[in-house]
Amino acid sequence: MASEGSDRRLTTAVKIVVAGGFGVGKTTLVGSVSEVPPLRTEELITEASSRVDDLAGVEAKTTTTVALDFGRITISPELILYLFGTPGQNRFWFMWDELARGALGAVVLADTRRLDSCFPAVDFFERRGLPFIVAVNCFDDAYRYGTEEVRAALDLDPQTPVLLCDARDRESTKQVLVTLMHHVMAGSRLARTH
Amino acid sequence: MSTPTEAWFDDPLVRPYAVTGGRTRSSQRGLDLITLVVAMRTPAEVADLQPEYAMALQVCQQPISVAEVSAKIDLPLQVVKVVLSDLIAQGHLIFRSAAPTNEAPSQYILQAVLDGIRRL
Repeated sequence: MASEGSDRRLTTAVKIVVAGGFGVGKTTLVGSVSEVPPLRTEELITEASSRVDDLAGVEAKTTTTVALDFGRITISPELILYLFGTPGQNRFWFMWDELARGALGAVVLADTRRLDSCFPAVDFFERRGLPFIVAVNCFDDAYRYGTEEVRAALDLDPQTPVLLCDARDRESTKQVLVTLMHHVMAGSRLARTH
Repeated sequence: MSTPTEAWFDDPLVRPYAVTGGRTRSSQRGLDLITLVVAMRTPAEVADLQPEYAMALQVCQQPISVAEVSAKIDLPLQVVKVVLSDLIAQGHLIFRSAAPTNEAPSQYILQAVLDGIRRL
């Protein structure tokens, strides 16, 4: 093992983020490859509620919970890969920051019936400079768009891979993750030669 | 004992932060979702552990991430971070942070992840 002078008594953990709109199949995709059924953790959020009919000068605060679903793949005794789904509600952007920090890359899962629901995710990863790919989850009743049509609709860079997938299918999800890793590694080789 | 105020019990009887003595922030030691922790002792070896601390120590007998501890003992992330920080401070747990986020992951790690996914 390539030692970087760090303490190897503990395993290394890495993560991949799975983003996309509500109901697009993020947890299904995570579950299709995870060695455990997807786990759920919750973050407590205290937010000032901004109801227009609040009494002036009285600030109400409400506590809500944001759920994160994630799965685990033990690559080796020294390396664990976690797959984290983003919260469905876009207003919890600060959670995206923690999710994206240190991530290897991201999969934006798209549903062609609601392609616009993945705009915020594409935007976020482009601005963060986190490598990502777009995987179009093929729902049975959805018209099958070609990957080039999806690329054009999302205005993606030519280098950003787009592929079709079935989030329920383990082999298909593996192909999605392999495609992401190739993209991440191509980008990191490019970065080192500049 | 059925009264119109029964709905009061919909809230947890013990508020989450009661576990941590009301503290919502810990020193946290940079604990992240995927920071790995592992127990140095079993709960039985430590006297006077609060139940939540004992549960956390129990699930950390094998290396486990902060997010998994939260999911397994069903406490919110911030609460779990405080509990784990305390256990680290008391020497019951050790932790390994994720790779520094300002560095790109090594080619070695990337290749190992790729190979691991292919083997699934």
